[in-house]
Amino acid sequence: MKEIRIHGRGGQGSVTAAELLSESAFEDGLEAQAFPAFGVERRGAPVKAFARIDDEPIRIRSQIYEPSHVIVQDPTLIGTIDVTKGILDGGMIIINTSRNPDQLDLNTQAEVVTIDATKLALDILGKPIMNTALLGAFSGATGIVSIEAMKNRVKARFPGEIGEKNALVMDKAKEKMEE
Amino acid sequence: MVERRVMEGSHAVAHAVRLCAPDVVSAYPITPQTHIVEKISQFVADGDLKSEYMRVESEFSAMSASVGSSAAGARTFTATASQGLMLMSEVLYNASGLRLPIVMSVANRAMGAPINIWNDHSDSMGVRDAGWIQLYAEDNQEALDMTIQAYKIAENQDVMLPAMVCMDGFILTHTYEPVSIPKKEEVQEFLPEFDPEVKLDPQNPVTLGTVGFPSDYMEIRHEQYQAMENARDIMPDIFKEFEEKFGRKQHSLIEEYKTEDAEIIIVSLGSIMGTIKEAVDELREDGKQVGAIKIKAFRPFPDQELRDALQNTKAVAVLDKNITLGKKGALYTEMKDTLYQAETQPQMTNYIIGLGGRDIPRQSIKNIVKQTKENLNSPQTREVRFVDLKEEK
Amino acid sequence: MVDFAGKAEPGTTKKYKTGTWRTYKPILDKEACIGCEKCWEYCPDSCKIETEYDGDIIFDTDLDYCKGCGICAEECPVEAIEMELDEK
Repeated sequence: MKEIRIHGRGGQGSVTAAELLSESAFEDGLEAQAFPAFGVERRGAPVKAFARIDDEPIRIRSQIYEPSHVIVQDPTLIGTIDVTKGILDGGMIIINTSRNPDQLDLNTQAEVVTIDATKLALDILGKPIMNTALLGAFSGATGIVSIEAMKNRVKARFPGEIGEKNALVMDKAKEKMEE
Repeated sequence: MVERRVMEGSHAVAHAVRLCAPDVVSAYPITPQTHIVEKISQFVADGDLKSEYMRVESEFSAMSASVGSSAAGARTFTATASQGLMLMSEVLYNASGLRLPIVMSVANRAMGAPINIWNDHSDSMGVRDAGWIQLYAEDNQEALDMTIQAYKIAENQDVMLPAMVCMDGFILTHTYEPVSIPKKEEVQEFLPEFDPEVKLDPQNPVTLGTVGFPSDYMEIRHEQYQAMENARDIMPDIFKEFEEKFGRKQHSLIEEYKTEDAEIIIVSLGSIMGTIKEAVDELREDGKQVGAIKIKAFRPFPDQELRDALQNTKAVAVLDKNITLGKKGALYTEMKDTLYQAETQPQMTNYIIGLGGRDIPRQSIKNIVKQTKENLNSPQTREVRFVDLKEEK
Repeated sequence: MVDFAGKAEPGTTKKYKTGTWRTYKPILDKEACIGCEKCWEYCPDSCKIETEYDGDIIFDTDLDYCKGCGICAEECPVEAIEMELDEK
C-alpha cells in the first residue's frame, strides 16, 4: 500500500490534491482512499490531507503515520511542522520550493525532490494554486499514478479552461521531473 | 454494468437519496453533515431529483417539517449531526410516536462543551431511546446501501418507525473512496411507492397528534415496542433481498469477522470496524485467535445474534465511541444485558475510544486485544478503560 | 491547549503568528502614504500599525500577522501599497 501525506495551507488545495490523487489511482484500476486531516480550515492555516493507494480495497481508517510519500505544498511549513515525520526509509518527499534539496535542512533518509510549483502555477494559471503542479511532479517522480488519469480527473472536476490549464501545469511539472 | 466511482461519503448518501426519491427533503446545514444536503440541493436544481427541497431555519424546524410531510404521506428525508440532533430531540419522539417512517442521516459528531466538530457517537447514542431505528455504517458503500434499506425497513407496514442511518463524521462523510451506485430502476423495484394506511388526507380527514390519555397511552407505547420487535424480525429478510437484487454481500444485524475459533472478540460499530479488521488480520498472522463483530443495527439491538456469535469466546472487548457519564459506554451496557441471558458469559472489558475525533491507529486496537488477554489471566482491575489518554502513554 | 472544560489562557491570538500564511506581502511607499487610516480600518487582521515617517503619521504593516490578503492595497486611495510575491 502506498500512503501519501500532503502538507499545505488552507486555500492551496491540499484536500483537492488528495481527492484527485485517489480518483486518478482509481481510474488507473487501483483502489484508493482520500481524506483530510479534519481541522478548522481557514485560508492560510496549516492543513494536512491523506491518500492511500492499493491493489486491494482499503479498510483502514486511521490517519497516516508512516507515509511512503510526502508532498509539501508550502515550504514555510518546514520550520513549523515536522514534514518528514514517520516517513518510511526509501520513501520520497516532494517539496514546492525554488531551492534545491541540498539547500533544505531536512533530516531524513527519504529521497528529497523539489519543484518550484508556485512559479509554474503563477506562469500558467496566474494564481498561486500549486496543487496540480505537485500532482504532476508526483506522477513524474513516482509513476504510481499515470499523468493521463490525473489530467482526465482535473478536467472532469474543473470543466473548461481552468481544467485545461491545470492539465498543462501537470504536464509541465512531470517534464521537470524528467529533466 | 453498475457504476463504481470514487466519491465522498456525503455524496454517496446523497445519491442514495436521489435513488429513493423522497417527496420532501428538509435541509439545514451543520458540520460535518452539510455536504449531504448540499449535494441533494444540486440534484434538485439539476432536475435529477424531483423533491420538494425545504430550506428551514433550524434543526427543530427540519424535524418538524419532516413530521408534517411524512404525516401527509410523503416520503421524507433529512440529515443532521451533534448539537443539531439535540435541537431536534423533542420532535424525534413525536416522529416515532406518530409512527412516521422518516429517514435521517446522522453524520456522527461529538457533543460540546468543549466545542468539537469531530467524530464520536455521543450524539446518536444520546437519543437512543427516542424510538428510532438506528443503523451504523462501516464505509461509504454501506452508508449508501443502508439509506436505501432504511426506507424499506421504516416503511414496512408492520414497522412504520423512523430510521437513522449513522455514519462517522469526517471519517466517512469527507472521505473519498470507490462506491457503487445502483441503477434507478433496481432501487424502484426494491423500494415500493410509499403509501401509508394512516395519513393526513383531505378526502379522508383524520386528526394526527392527539392527546394520549392514561387510558390509551400505554397501549400505544406497547404497539411501538412491538413495531421495533417486528423490525428486528424483518430486517434479515430485507438485507437478503437487497443482496439478491444488488449483488453485494449483506450481513444480518451483525457481521461476524473471523470469529469462528476466536478466544477474544472485539465488538464495535461504525467506521472503526475497518481498522479493527486490519488489526485482526495482523494478529491472526501472529497466530492470535482474535475476531470481530460489527453491530449494524443498534436499534433494534441484535440480542440473539450476539448471544449465538459469542457463545464460545473467552473474552469480549467492547469499543465505545461514547461514554455514559455515571455508567459506562452505551454499547457495553447493552452488551452486558444481552449476555446476561446467555448460557456462558465471556469476560468483558469496555474500551472508550476516539472521543471528539481522537484518531485510532491500528496499534491501539492491538493494545486493546493485549489488555483483554491480560484481563483473562488476572483479576480485572478496571472494567472501563479510556484508550490513548495522554497521561497513560 | 484546553486544560479544564472549555477554558483556555487569554490572548492566544497574539501568540499565533499568521504571517507565514502569506503568498503576497504589502509593500508601502512611505512617501506616498497620506496617513488617512483607510488600510487600518479595512485590515481584517488588525495588523496596520501607526508609525512616524519624516514627521508625518503613516500606517505600515505588522508582518508577523499579515496574511497578505491585499485588501489594504485595494482600498488605499493614493495607491501607496503594492502587493508583491513573498519569496519562500
